[in-house]
Amino acid sequence: MTLVENPAPTQAQDPPRARRRGRGGRMLLLNAVSVVLGIGVWWALSLAGFDIPAPPEVLKRYGELISDGTLITDIGASLRRVLIGFVLGVALAVPVGFGMGWYGWVRGLVEPWVQFFRTIPPLAIIPLAVVLMGIEETPKIFVIFLASFLACVISTFQGVVNVDKTLINAARVLGANDRIIFARVVVPASTPFILVGMRVGLGSSWATLVAAELIAAQEGLGYRMQSAQLYYDLPTIFVGLITIGILGLLMDRILLFAEAKLTGWQERR
Amino acid sequence: MITIDRVHKTFPLQGETFTALGDVSLELADNEFVTVVGPSGCGKTTLMNILAGLEEPTSGRALLDGKAIKGPGPERGVIFQQYALFPWLTVRKNVEFGLKTKGVGRDERRRVADHFIDLVGLTQFADALPKTLSGGMKQRVAIARAYAVNPSILLMDEPFGAVDALTRVRLQDQLLATWSQEKRTVVFITHDVDEAVFLANRVVVMAARPGRIVEIIDVDLPYPRNDELRLSPAFTALRNRVWNAVYHQETPS
Repeated sequence: MTLVENPAPTQAQDPPRARRRGRGGRMLLLNAVSVVLGIGVWWALSLAGFDIPAPPEVLKRYGELISDGTLITDIGASLRRVLIGFVLGVALAVPVGFGMGWYGWVRGLVEPWVQFFRTIPPLAIIPLAVVLMGIEETPKIFVIFLASFLACVISTFQGVVNVDKTLINAARVLGANDRIIFARVVVPASTPFILVGMRVGLGSSWATLVAAELIAAQEGLGYRMQSAQLYYDLPTIFVGLITIGILGLLMDRILLFAEAKLTGWQERR
Repeated sequence: MITIDRVHKTFPLQGETFTALGDVSLELADNEFVTVVGPSGCGKTTLMNILAGLEEPTSGRALLDGKAIKGPGPERGVIFQQYALFPWLTVRKNVEFGLKTKGVGRDERRRVADHFIDLVGLTQFADALPKTLSGGMKQRVAIARAYAVNPSILLMDEPFGAVDALTRVRLQDQLLATWSQEKRTVVFITHDVDEAVFLANRVVVMAARPGRIVEIIDVDLPYPRNDELRLSPAFTALRNRVWNAVYHQETPS
């Protein structure tokens, strides 16, 4: 029983859902048209005498590389490096970023190094890493780790610093101590920032990976393209490029999906 | 009972010392509804933060039942102007927040939360996220959340400052309805003279530079208060008195 009158809901719960879906459908259609057109242009250019392989040729090479197992091995090797480096980078970046945001002394100790290494492209570290760590997996994973760590640590730190002070005060007056405030206010409030950092980190991991494989590797998508270059094997280079693009896109979509699930509470502009 | 005893508060401001509160003294009885009204910069929010335990006085004492206020406490609920709802939690989870920090069990939490969500008239929105609510509804969630931990004192800092005038009147009615069911000591900060008079037993008028109390006006109008009272000559007379106290302050040069 309530004495308070219950006004009609002043805001529709989710207004333009139907329209949004319609617009999404049109977008998808336009995207599909764009992809088909792009492949058309590519084909036309190869027919017009430019020195690039036509789509069927690339498709045929795809078939060969899949059936002899090369492509799968390469994808496996590249993905393994990216994922290990990326996961390690994020796993270290999140606690360090939280530490920097939460404790002034951690920030003071860590920030100069983070800012310093951020100005060095991870690729520039490769020569040093190869000399110090050899040409096995370690230097490749290390530069990927570095790339994703640097991207993610900054955004995690920003996320913690940007937590609305009023929310912290609100939690405090509701009886929360520092530990509760951290776990139940700071962590969820900075999740959107962390996820953005992860997406940026994944992008730069992927870019770094291919370059790392170009320098020294026995397998992997970058290595495959590098050796194809020696034999003027354009279809294989195309297979490598397209595969890298598709894998990068897929991983980004997975993170986008996670972002939508985890941070759907945000008010969208 | 709240005792504010010669509270003085200064902040460093661009190398100088800014006096937010200069020797403010006030006593508040239990279950009193006191509104504090004054121009911006008169230190009313500072006063509330001191009562909430979010800031400490530079000198003087703020006492609760004779004991000095040290930090926030469960007996004091705070409602902020910016709602301060946790946007990742549903309405119910927001209201349960304070109960969860106290370690109240799940079923009991839910029961208490549902009671106060019902009291502010938001039952059908219990599972909604804050982003789907209007400003007025958000503020009612914040009120339910403060009530849920069962404080004996509610500190409200311009809670209706960010909503439109029509919604504001309705929220005032609802707040009084909630208060009459669940009596608490309320310290309500506002810059709206009508609001100050309509809600309060007592209106504390403050002035700026330095922040101080210039007048305390008793509002001896009966509860429950309604539209009729809002338009009555008695209300108008009090309103004019408060208006003059707020807007025609002699500012010391």
